[in-house]
Amino acid sequence: MSTPPGAPVPDGPPAGTFHLAVALEGAGAHPAAWREPGSPARELVTPGYWAGLVAEAERGLLDFVTFEDALGPPPSSPTGPDGRTDRVRGRLDAVLTAARVAPLTRHIGLLPTVVATHTEPFHVSKAIATLDYVSGGRAGLLVTVSGRPDEARHFGRRTFPRGPADSPDGLGSALRAELLDEAADHVEVVRRLWDSWEDDAEIRDVASGRFVDRGKLHHIGFEGRHFSVKGPSITPRPPQGQPLVGASARVGAPPRLLAEAVDLVFLAPRDTEEVRTLTDGIRAARSAAGQPEGTGRVFADLVVFLDESATAATARLRRLDALAQEPYAPGTHVFAGTPARLAALLTEWHRRGPDGFRLRPGVLSHDLPAITRGLVPELRRRGALRTARPGGTFRDLLGLARPASRYAARYATTRPGRTTAP
Amino acid sequence: MSTPNRPSGPNRPDRPRKQIHLAAHFPGVNNTTVWSDPAAGSHIEFSSFAHFARTAERAKFDFIFLAEGLRLREQGGRIYDLDVVGRPDTFTVLAALAAVTERIGLAGTINSTFNEPYEVARQFASLDHLSDGRAAWNVVTSWDAFTGENFRRGGFLAREDRYSRAREFLAAAHTLFDSWTGDEILADRESGAFLRDAGAGAFAHRGRHFDIAGHFDVPRSPQGRPVIFQAGDSEEGREFAASDADAVFSRHGTLTAGREFYADVKGRLARYGRTPDQLLILPAATFVLGDTDAEAVELAHEVRLAQVSGQTAIKFLEHVWNRDLSGYDPDGPLPDIDPEPGENTVALGRASVRMHRDPLTVAKEWRELAAARNLSIRELVIETTGRQTFVGSAATVADAIDSLVQQDAADGFILVPHLTPTGLDVFADTVVPLLQERGAFRTEYTGSTLRDHLGLRTPPPAAAPAAVATPAPATV
Ligand SMILES: Cc1cc2nc3c(=O)[nH]c(=O)nc-3n(C[C@@H](O)[C@H](O)[C@H](O)COP(=O)(O)O)c2cc1C
Repeated sequence: MSTPPGAPVPDGPPAGTFHLAVALEGAGAHPAAWREPGSPARELVTPGYWAGLVAEAERGLLDFVTFEDALGPPPSSPTGPDGRTDRVRGRLDAVLTAARVAPLTRHIGLLPTVVATHTEPFHVSKAIATLDYVSGGRAGLLVTVSGRPDEARHFGRRTFPRGPADSPDGLGSALRAELLDEAADHVEVVRRLWDSWEDDAEIRDVASGRFVDRGKLHHIGFEGRHFSVKGPSITPRPPQGQPLVGASARVGAPPRLLAEAVDLVFLAPRDTEEVRTLTDGIRAARSAAGQPEGTGRVFADLVVFLDESATAATARLRRLDALAQEPYAPGTHVFAGTPARLAALLTEWHRRGPDGFRLRPGVLSHDLPAITRGLVPELRRRGALRTARPGGTFRDLLGLARPASRYAARYATTRPGRTTAP
Repeated sequence: MSTPNRPSGPNRPDRPRKQIHLAAHFPGVNNTTVWSDPAAGSHIEFSSFAHFARTAERAKFDFIFLAEGLRLREQGGRIYDLDVVGRPDTFTVLAALAAVTERIGLAGTINSTFNEPYEVARQFASLDHLSDGRAAWNVVTSWDAFTGENFRRGGFLAREDRYSRAREFLAAAHTLFDSWTGDEILADRESGAFLRDAGAGAFAHRGRHFDIAGHFDVPRSPQGRPVIFQAGDSEEGREFAASDADAVFSRHGTLTAGREFYADVKGRLARYGRTPDQLLILPAATFVLGDTDAEAVELAHEVRLAQVSGQTAIKFLEHVWNRDLSGYDPDGPLPDIDPEPGENTVALGRASVRMHRDPLTVAKEWRELAAARNLSIRELVIETTGRQTFVGSAATVADAIDSLVQQDAADGFILVPHLTPTGLDVFADTVVPLLQERGAFRTEYTGSTLRDHLGLRTPPPAAAPAAVATPAPATV
C-alpha cells in the first residue's frame, strides 16, 4: 500500500464511518452463478463452503455478512414455484449456518435472515441471543416477511392470495401492510425477550441459595393483534444486550418496521439519484418516529461483478444472462466493472448519505475474493475504509452503543435503589 | 442410594460382549447441577459447551445431549430461583458445536407441540448437513398451557392429544426428509441442469393436526434423517418409542427397573415390524467418582446435600403436595395434610411434575418410607429424587455400567455430571479406559455419522411411512 493508512482523499468521508458488508446467497446473486467455472455448485449445502466464504469476508476486514433465507425454494417469479431445473435449489437454515461459522471467526458480524411471518418470536429471540453467545457478541438478524402462497402452504396455518402480477414482491398492498405490521410486532417481542433478563440477573448467591435474582427477570406480557407472548426468555440477555436487527426497504413509504423496529436499514437504489432520496426518506421517517440521531445505520445494496477490465466484467454478466435466458434485474443497482471504479462509485455514494454498503456478489466464488482482495485495498487507498479491526462486538464495529435493558432502565428511574421486584 | 450399584448375576457367556453406548447430558436446569461449587462454570457461555463436547468426543462417546424447557419454571407464582436458570437455544448451540468437534453426535430436545414440522425438519436437515451427519432429535411432547403462553397459538393442545400430534409431527417431518432421495442435484454446467427434475422436495401431508404441501428446500442430509430419541414414560410414550424412535432416553437405570423397562419397550417392537437392535435403551445416570469406593461414597453424600438444600426439599415437596409448604421445617417430619388434588397450580413448567403419578399415592408412599426409616423432609427428598447413580472408584463404576448393559438393563447410559463444564473429565480419564480394556467400549470411532456410532442403518428414502394420514391407534 502506497498511501499511508487513514489518509483521506480530498472531500472523502471520514475514515471509520464507511461500512462494508456482503450478502451470502447460494452460488451468488446471479441465477446462473453456479454455472461459472470455479463455482463449487455441488457444495452449496456443505459446511466447508460457508466457512470458506465467511473466512474470506473476515480476511477482507468486512464488517458483516448476511445470510439469505426463505421458508421455501426461491422461485424465479415472486408468486410461486416455477418448475425450473436450471436454478440453484437446496439451502440450509440461515441461523444454523451462521452459528456453524461463528466459532471459526473472530471479528465479523453475522446476520442470518429470519422470516417473521411463519416463525415464533420466542424461538427467534433465543436463537439470535445464542448466536450472540457463540460468536462473542457478533449476532444480528435480518427480518423479512413472506406473503407467498406456496410458503404459507408449508405451514398450513394461513392462506395468502396471489398478489397482482406487476407487484415487485408479489404482494398486494393490504397484505404487505399487514405482514410488515406483524413483523414489527415480532421484532418488538424478540427485543423485549432479550431485555427480559437484566444483565446481572444471575447472582449465584450461595448464602441465600439463590441462583438468580428473580427481581431482575421480567414477564414481557406482549399483547398484539397477531399473537401474545408472556416471557421471560429462557436465555439470559445476550452479550450485546440487543443484537442488531436489520430489514430491507422494498417499495412505498417506510413502514413502522423500518422506521421504528430495526437498527439497520438496507436500501435498494437503482442509480446515483436514488441514493440520496432513499437515504433521506428513511432518515426522515426514523426521526419522525422519534428515533434519536445515530441509533441506526443505513446501507445501500448493490450487486457487483468485478473484473480487471470493465469489458471483462460486462461480458461476464452478459454471458451469465445468456445462460439464465433472461436479463438480470434484481431491483437494485447492478455494477459491472473494475474494483477501482466501484471504489470511486461507493465513495461518491457514501457522500450522498448511506453509512455503508452491502454488496451482493454476482458470483460468490469470483466476486467475493475480488471484493476482499481488489475493492478493499482500493477503498483503503482512498482512506474510505479503516485498515485495522477495532475489536469488540458487532455494535462496537458499527459505532452503536450497548443499550440498557428497558426493564432495568424502568426500574432504575421509577424505583431507585430497588433490587427486587414483586 | 450412596452404595455402589453392583448388580449380581453372571454375564451371559453364550453371546459376545455387548458394546456399551455412552452419551453425555449437558448439566442444566435441574437440581442435579451443583452451581454453588467453586469449580462450577457458566451454563451459557459457549466455551462451556465446547469443553463439554470436546471431552465427550475425546472419550469417544456416541453423542452429547441437550435438554429443553420453553418457559422458566415458576413455583407459587414466582420464578423458581434455587436451581440453574437459563439455557441457550438448542439448534443454535448444536450448530456451533459442529464447528469445534468432528465425530461426536449432537442430540437436541425439540418439542413437537410448540413448533411446526416444516421449520423443525428444515432445522434438523440443516444441522445434519452442517455436522456431516451427526444430528439427533429428542422428540418431547410437553403440552401445558403455561408453556403455551410463550407461543403464537398458546396452550392449544389437550394432554391426551400430545402424542397424536407428536406422531403426526414426526411422520410429517419424515415425509419432508424423504422428499429428496439424494441424487437430484446434477449441477451440470454444460447442459444447465442443476436439478435432475423439478420434483425434488415435493411433498404433501394431510392429517388431523397438519395439512401441508409444497417443496422442501433442504436436500437429503448425510444421515437421511436425524436419529430419533423419545423420552416420555407413559404408556403412549413407550408405544411412540416402539413405533418411531431409534433410542429411548429413560429414567430406569437400576437392574430391576431397567430390565423391566428394557423388556417392555423392546417387546413392543415386533408389532411395528422392528427388531430389538433397532431401538436402544439409554437411561439417564449420574455418577460420583473417587480414588476409593469409600471416598466416592463420602463425596456423593456431599453432592446430595448440595443438590437438596432445606429450601429445595420444601420446594420439591410442594411439587407433589401442590400447595404452599413454606411453613414446614425441612429437618422435621412430612406434612400431615394431604396433597391438593387436581391440576398442579403451584409448580409450573416442570417435566417432573407433569410426569408425577397420582399425588395422593406418592404422598402415601413417601409417608410410609419416612416413617419406616425415620426420615426428615430433606432426607426423604434426598432419598427419593436421586436418579440412577454410579458411585465408587473408576473400577467399581466401570464394572457396574458393564454389568447393567450385559444384563440387558440398558444398552448404555446418558451420563449427567453435576458440574459444568468439567464434570465429565474424570469419567473420560478414568472409567472410559477401563471399559475399553474390557473390550466393552470403542477405542476409536469406526464411522463418521451418529447412526454409525449407534449401529443404526441409514434409512433409505423408500422406508418412508406410507400412510401418514391415519393417526396410529393410541394404545395397541
Ligand atoms: C429422561 C427424560 C428426559 C426428559 N427431558 C425433557 C426435556 O428436556 N424437555 C421436555 O420438555 N421434556 C422432557 N421430558 C419429558 C417429556 O419427554 C415427555 O414428553 C412429557 O413428559 C410427556 O410425556 P409422557 O406423559 O409420556 O411422560 C423428559 C422425560 C424423561 C423421562
